[in-house]
Amino acid sequence: MIEVENLTKRYGDLVAVRDISFAADKGQILGFLGPNGAGKTTTMRIITGFLPATSGTVRVAGFDIFDQAQEVRRRIGYLPENPPLYNDMTVWSYLSFVGRIKGIPRTELPEATERAIEQCALQEVVHRVLGHLSKGFRQRVGLAQALIHNPSVLILDEPTIGLDPRQIIDIRGLIRDLSGERTVILSTHILPEVAQLCDKVVIINQGRIAVEESIETLTAELSLEEVFLKYISSDQPMAAAEESEGAPA
Amino acid sequence: MRNVLAIAGKDLRSYFTSPIAYVVLTGFLLLAGWFFFNLLAQFNQLLMAYMSFRNPEVLDSMNLNEWVIAPLLHNLAVVLVILVPMITMRSFSEEKKSGTYELLMTSPITVGEIVAGKFLGGFAFIFVMVLLTAIYPAILMVFGDPEVGIALSGLLGLFLLGSSFVAVGIFTSSLTDNQIIAAVSCLVTLLLLYIISWPAQSAGDILGPLLRYLSLTEHFNELVKGVIDTRDIVYFLSVIALALFLTLRSVESMRWR
Repeated sequence: MIEVENLTKRYGDLVAVRDISFAADKGQILGFLGPNGAGKTTTMRIITGFLPATSGTVRVAGFDIFDQAQEVRRRIGYLPENPPLYNDMTVWSYLSFVGRIKGIPRTELPEATERAIEQCALQEVVHRVLGHLSKGFRQRVGLAQALIHNPSVLILDEPTIGLDPRQIIDIRGLIRDLSGERTVILSTHILPEVAQLCDKVVIINQGRIAVEESIETLTAELSLEEVFLKYISSDQPMAAAEESEGAPA
Repeated sequence: MRNVLAIAGKDLRSYFTSPIAYVVLTGFLLLAGWFFFNLLAQFNQLLMAYMSFRNPEVLDSMNLNEWVIAPLLHNLAVVLVILVPMITMRSFSEEKKSGTYELLMTSPITVGEIVAGKFLGGFAFIFVMVLLTAIYPAILMVFGDPEVGIALSGLLGLFLLGSSFVAVGIFTSSLTDNQIIAAVSCLVTLLLLYIISWPAQSAGDILGPLLRYLSLTEHFNELVKGVIDTRDIVYFLSVIALALFLTLRSVESMRWR
């Protein structure tokens, strides 16, 4: 479903992503792990077509992200690290707007909006202004925005960051429900989340793929924490501290 | 086209759901009303004076178009130079800052549609602004007899001028994620285009006409005088086209950096 091949991204002299390749199959939830600054967000931005790669290709559902960008965009739902919300719009008008630019036909728009609101349990805030919503609701609106056009691929950049434990559980349940037919790429710092949700794990460190493996194989002998530290241990002592923060739930 | 309208509608709505539109429109109309009142009072005073001098030649040469409507339009043009950058500074900068740029750029719409939508939104807003100022010539028409054609031509000029300003503002906004930088660079560009013909008189045979051609004021002035010349219309349309083309390039360039 998603094939990343020899992807490299340079910002001037800085190489953010170095010749990485991985793949996610249909229906899989792929956990995308790595310390801060490893290149996770850059990779996701390239897959969604927001940033161009310096070299290498990505194919989504068989479409090349450079030659058939519009086809790819139609099939991807993307939740960036900060949900892309217009603070002066209401939930309903925002989701309708997103639906329109995602190419949902006018006649199906109210229905699609309704469905996204229901899926993300936003009924009670439909007519509230986005700028006044709590962080949990904002995150859920971000998720609703990503799936309103019923995409076959979901790219979620740290969807549970900054939420309280209950909201984290809610969002996780939601992601699990949503996966089904969809392919999901999920970037996170919270390892238990990966253990609970993901079928496959890709760990990226300093712009290189450290490991790409199914979760069963990885955690057969070691816990996910130990696996993570093993693959990124060459540097970045910071990472260990961060992981323990995200341990509960 | 549907995508263009979606973005234009979204931008236009956001002017009106935030206080921006009301503050800008109120300020604009307040200034316009003050200009209008003063110009009219001055006109009346002069009229009285010349009447008491019994000077029929001067009285004949005085008319509402030249003494009230034309200066009013010129004053409003200067107000637009200052207000339009405030309206357009959000256009791309705010999207970049708040992260919604990622939403637009990862949606199945083209960069051309985004730019066209942004322009159309600002264009519609300027249209409303200029339309509201039509009330002053309308008032004159009720109580006097100005030439309607000249007044309409002047309003068309103000409208074309405002639209060019919007295009320039959208371009400067596309260059940065900082609204202040977007507004200031737009203001400076517009002011420069406004006064670029000042040294034309002494600039020689080649540079002089060139500076005059580049100046917004010269073309605007023709329309205010009631002369609708294709050259002037073409000038404004080319400013819009050039600014939008540069916007397109600046947005696209991100994809190749």
